[in-house]
Amino acid sequence: MSEESEESVPLLPLQQESMASALFNTDQNDNSERRRHDNSERRRNDNPESETNGQPQNNIQQVVEQDEEEDEELTLKYGAKHVIMLFVPVTLCMVVVVATIKSVSFYTRKDGQLIYTPFTEETETVGQRALNSILNAAIMISVIIVMTILLVVLYKYRCYKVIHGWLIISSLLLLFFFSFIYLGEVFKTYNVAMDYITVALMIWNFGVVGMICIHWKGPLRLQQAYLIMISALMALVFIKYLPEWTAWLILAVISVYDLVAVLCPKGPLRMLVETAQERNETLFPALIYSSTMIWLVNMAEEDPEAQRKASKNSTYDKQAPANQTQNEDAEADDGGFSQEWQQQRDNRIGPIESTPESRAAVQALPSNSQTSEDPEERGVKLGLGDFIFYSVLVGKASATASGDWNTTLACFVAILIGLCLTLLLLAIFKKALPALPISITFGLVFYFATDNLVQPFMDQLAFHQFYI
Amino acid sequence: MTLAVFFGCTFIAFGPALGLFLFTIAHDPLRIIILIAGAFFWLVSLLLSSLIWFIAVKASNPQDEPLQKGLLIFGVMFSVLLQEAFRFLYYKLLRKAIEGLVALSEDGCSPISIQQMAYVAGVGFGLMSGAFSMINLLADALGPGIVGIHGDSQLYFLTSAFMTMVLIFLHTFWGILFFHGCEHRRWWEIMAVVVMHLAVSGSTFCNPLYVGSLVPSYLLMAAAAAWAYLLSGGSAQNLWRFLLCLRSGASPQPRS
Repeated sequence: MSEESEESVPLLPLQQESMASALFNTDQNDNSERRRHDNSERRRNDNPESETNGQPQNNIQQVVEQDEEEDEELTLKYGAKHVIMLFVPVTLCMVVVVATIKSVSFYTRKDGQLIYTPFTEETETVGQRALNSILNAAIMISVIIVMTILLVVLYKYRCYKVIHGWLIISSLLLLFFFSFIYLGEVFKTYNVAMDYITVALMIWNFGVVGMICIHWKGPLRLQQAYLIMISALMALVFIKYLPEWTAWLILAVISVYDLVAVLCPKGPLRMLVETAQERNETLFPALIYSSTMIWLVNMAEEDPEAQRKASKNSTYDKQAPANQTQNEDAEADDGGFSQEWQQQRDNRIGPIESTPESRAAVQALPSNSQTSEDPEERGVKLGLGDFIFYSVLVGKASATASGDWNTTLACFVAILIGLCLTLLLLAIFKKALPALPISITFGLVFYFATDNLVQPFMDQLAFHQFYI
Repeated sequence: MTLAVFFGCTFIAFGPALGLFLFTIAHDPLRIIILIAGAFFWLVSLLLSSLIWFIAVKASNPQDEPLQKGLLIFGVMFSVLLQEAFRFLYYKLLRKAIEGLVALSEDGCSPISIQQMAYVAGVGFGLMSGAFSMINLLADALGPGIVGIHGDSQLYFLTSAFMTMVLIFLHTFWGILFFHGCEHRRWWEIMAVVVMHLAVSGSTFCNPLYVGSLVPSYLLMAAAAAWAYLLSGGSAQNLWRFLLCLRSGASPQPRS
């Protein structure tokens, strides 16, 4: 079971943030499509006549019972291993965020707010504070909606270069500027004397290797590590600049929006995905964390039959072989989106830039939806936006909870279980599903419950040294 | 305080559990999922029992010390019962999961047996229970302070660590016993688990008289360990052969 949710990391200031947020919503939908896609493709392994992209429902009736069972079994087995492949990076990201929050006081210090949340929460009355936070959340979510629509419009009118350039700038900002700030704060915390020349060298190397790994080629583990690091950096920025009530409200509203945008027929994400299907293109292959490189395997598995399948399938297929580019592109702001556009350009007008030969070769090959013969080799993909919002929740819990480590642990387990349930629902319904709602809901419920109910109880127990 | 106490208590409390996890659970993704789900179920049971306790406390007079202690004792007992109830619910869920796995498998048998699930579920419950008891203490142990300077016991951290370790083990064995009782419809096994849990929690009421809580808990743990071992197919002969590293030419020592 391959879950792909591509989300762009919201960039910090200015329009980039809204644009990035918009991308993340779009990606969510695309991920679901791709998930559905995956299942369709898998079924196709057993029953070549059945699947078309995006309409697995129709195909379900056609699938032979036994095939479906085999498929489901494959899915389940596939699922357990790949759930773990998602657990590990999500856990790592959260660990990095919590460790930073606990040690570097910069990220818990209040130094102003983003321009997207202009209303302060330092008010005299509780009612005023509630109102301000609601307004903040409303502004943030409208910015996200506007940027999503803007993205859909840009995509519809094929303004690929604009998006491409913007993504490159965003990733540069993230890899150089934010990591520089992070490094500076870590040095301040541990009182390490450091000269600018060494710092410049370190940041330069970190950033350039990051850009190469994420946008081009690099060892898989290194690329995964970079993706986790930039997700953590982004989450830390959110934790720092979002005031408390606003942060919780935004988390809740984003989950609802995610749910609506992916499941409603008129949602911008769905429209984006449908446009991509019509054009036989992949959507944002880069803003994803991918657990395997299936580049070479895909090259070997070309199934001409797949070409006749619905465009989405072939889209996904092109994507699978383009996993390489995916990995290269999997960077917060750029996301394979740019790569995909490059591929599109290459397809239509020949390679303009120095694209890898293999990419062009794959594009020329008949597209198929068969990503991998061996499901075990197919990787799992999760969008970076999911990483970021999970980490924001856990980071906020560790920063501001009175229950401290108990609350953090409870939120962590809740998010992991939510992720597990999401993947399970995906296996059962074989429909597009967003990755945020269940986990964030569980996380929020457990945060407030643990902080207000469990903490006093555990406190009293520890005081008397009773054990339950 | 300081790092020595922190690391010492961490490894006393979680060392064996970490070993169990690394050697028997970490390599199998399905078991990791069952572990985390078990932790989740324990967490939900704790949530509900804290809710009840919270309501009771809010409805009572906060100044009345004996009443508050009585409410806390009631909370502990209720929490124990709720934990066992959720263990039963988890058993039901895992049974359904096994049926699903069997239905979907190629050769008609599940990749994991109910006994293995029982063990992993027990470890999950134990780890979460231990973590919730111990983590805040460990975080405090890193900071400055002197234990027991106001006349309380100086062994607070150490005994907490030992109690946590025994609880993790106990949860593991209770998981095996409980699931076995549910499988074979032996209600007295289930009752025995509940009674043992109540006894262990009850024994902690005489803290800081640690002799009254730690010794019975460890004795109960040894008893539960032997019982679980016998139920899992072990015998004195097996144990003897394992200790002597004998290979009789028949099947090697059973590994979970």
